[in-house]
Amino acid sequence: MLLVLLPNLLVIGASFMTRDPSDFLSLPLTLDNYRRLMDPLYLQVFLHSLYMAAVTTVLCLLIGYPFAWALARVDKRWQTLLMFLLIVPFWTNSLVRTYAVKLLLASNGLINSALQSLGITEAPITMLYTEGAVIVGLVYLLLPFMILPLYAVFEDLRRELLLASHDLGAGRLATFFHVVLPLTLPGVIAGVLLVLLPAMGMFYVADVLGGAKNLLVGNVIKNQFLDARDWPFGAAASVLLTLAMAVLLLAHRLSRRRLGEEGET
Amino acid sequence: MSQTLLSVRGISKHYAGKAVLRSLDLDIFDGEFLTLLGPSGCGKTTLLRLLAGFERADSGSLTLAGQDLSPVPPERRPLNTVFQQYALFPHMTVFGNVAYGLKMEKRPKDEIHQRVTDVLRMVQLDQLADRKPHQLSGGQQQRVAIARAVVKRPRLLLLDEPLSALDYKLRRQMQLELKRLQRELGITFVFVTHDQEEALSMSDRVAVMRDGVIQQLGTPREIYERPENLFTARFVGETNLFPARVTAVNGERIAVDIRGLPRDLRKREFPIEVGQQVNVLLRPEDIRVLAADADHGFAGKVIERNYKGSTLDSLIRLDDGNLVLASEFFDEDDPAFDYRLGEPVKVSWVDGWEWLLPMDEEADAIQA
Repeated sequence: MLLVLLPNLLVIGASFMTRDPSDFLSLPLTLDNYRRLMDPLYLQVFLHSLYMAAVTTVLCLLIGYPFAWALARVDKRWQTLLMFLLIVPFWTNSLVRTYAVKLLLASNGLINSALQSLGITEAPITMLYTEGAVIVGLVYLLLPFMILPLYAVFEDLRRELLLASHDLGAGRLATFFHVVLPLTLPGVIAGVLLVLLPAMGMFYVADVLGGAKNLLVGNVIKNQFLDARDWPFGAAASVLLTLAMAVLLLAHRLSRRRLGEEGET
Repeated sequence: MSQTLLSVRGISKHYAGKAVLRSLDLDIFDGEFLTLLGPSGCGKTTLLRLLAGFERADSGSLTLAGQDLSPVPPERRPLNTVFQQYALFPHMTVFGNVAYGLKMEKRPKDEIHQRVTDVLRMVQLDQLADRKPHQLSGGQQQRVAIARAVVKRPRLLLLDEPLSALDYKLRRQMQLELKRLQRELGITFVFVTHDQEEALSMSDRVAVMRDGVIQQLGTPREIYERPENLFTARFVGETNLFPARVTAVNGERIAVDIRGLPRDLRKREFPIEVGQQVNVLLRPEDIRVLAADADHGFAGKVIERNYKGSTLDSLIRLDDGNLVLASEFFDEDDPAFDYRLGEPVKVSWVDGWEWLLPMDEEADAIQA
């Protein structure tokens, strides 16, 4: 409890203080840091970052939803293997894996070499240091966090419910929208939470794959703390990110309550 | 009533090379309560799923009122299912669950409201329409499942062991309620169970199944009193078995030798020759326990007494080691009625109450 609360309280406290070149933080208390966040420059970074994270989330959802469904349906032997493949990347540091993606996407990287040697393209395609590269990197790193909560809800989805829906006259599409989607929604929301917010904070992905233009909120926070040495401002930015997370968590809770989860009264 | 509604012809189904249904024929009559009875793995649930359309048969045909059902997907078959675990939609209210099928038919809102309200009143759940399934007891969930299926007014209602999750008392109550519903609605019920007591008390007809084959199809009384084979006799109720050898055939009577004692029995319709082995079957309630000095019957000792409320069950070990179960109604005026454990007695039965079957070696082999 203390370990969770204390750092957050320190960050919130820091966000209301003034920058000091030698001690990092000093009085007086001020709202200046938050006012600066509303600056169009930072707002733009925030919105662009939100946009990239949102695209990442949608892609993860589009890939992860059918994958999780299939994963919950295949027989046990395949399930173990697929689960294993899903977990294996976690054994390697995610920064290292980001560099691996860089190797793939670089002008002289694997994909371009392959395309050229096959004669599909003449010159290398610019893939690295684009918005697309950042999104590919984010999707690659965050996909398992979408799949795992979805897999959990699909595991709980009883096949009899789908049969009952068909039995009562619903076709595949109607069954999906009236039964499958509502019952897997908690998993969708959990997956979105686990992808959207981390996606905004993964500064090293933007550093390695995005170049100077494609910044994430995480880059802003990191820069303020490490490069600009403006701790109060960095703290304010991270408080904003935490608040966004809190709002989404609240939405998650509300949707669960509406679904009337078993065990709740 | 004896007009065929659904006709099953030569249906076979295999799973992973194993035959679950073997060229099965069955006619289901309009308006009847038909029970598929059998041990687990006998194919009764598979047959039900084939009717519902959840599975496809390897061969054979299903015809409902003249229409070939095979190409019709489950959502367009005019029959509905009550699932074993109810399969209620957990995210919908009771009302929402029951209304689901009518919404899929795109019925007008007023009609849906009216019909759902009516059917909920019929199953006495109109007060609980706004509850979610997890807020209901098992019996109430069961009623919702039934209401959800019958609100569509199907030609045929399929019930897959719907009472197996309920406790004994509630199960008895739901049995009566299901019978009442079936009478009121006039819908044909196909009911799957492994509980023979349930099958006998609820059904118009019972199909006893084993290994994908119907062993016997008949009224509960026929099934119980005139089983066509040893499997049916053993599966439906308790049975005492006396192997016998035919010593003489005289018109309608035959003389047999049962464990060294001669007995004169009524002949049955299957051909009987002198020297043939037959099984003499007796239900426990047809057995009479006599005093040890009686002039007929098999000698033995009472080894177990079981007070059942309305009856007293005795297990008697005959002197040759075989066990006989007797179930007798109380007769308080009979001083000899209450035998002590270990007391020597004789076992017999009223002439004509026995049932004769030819020796069926295959069925004998699987006896428990």
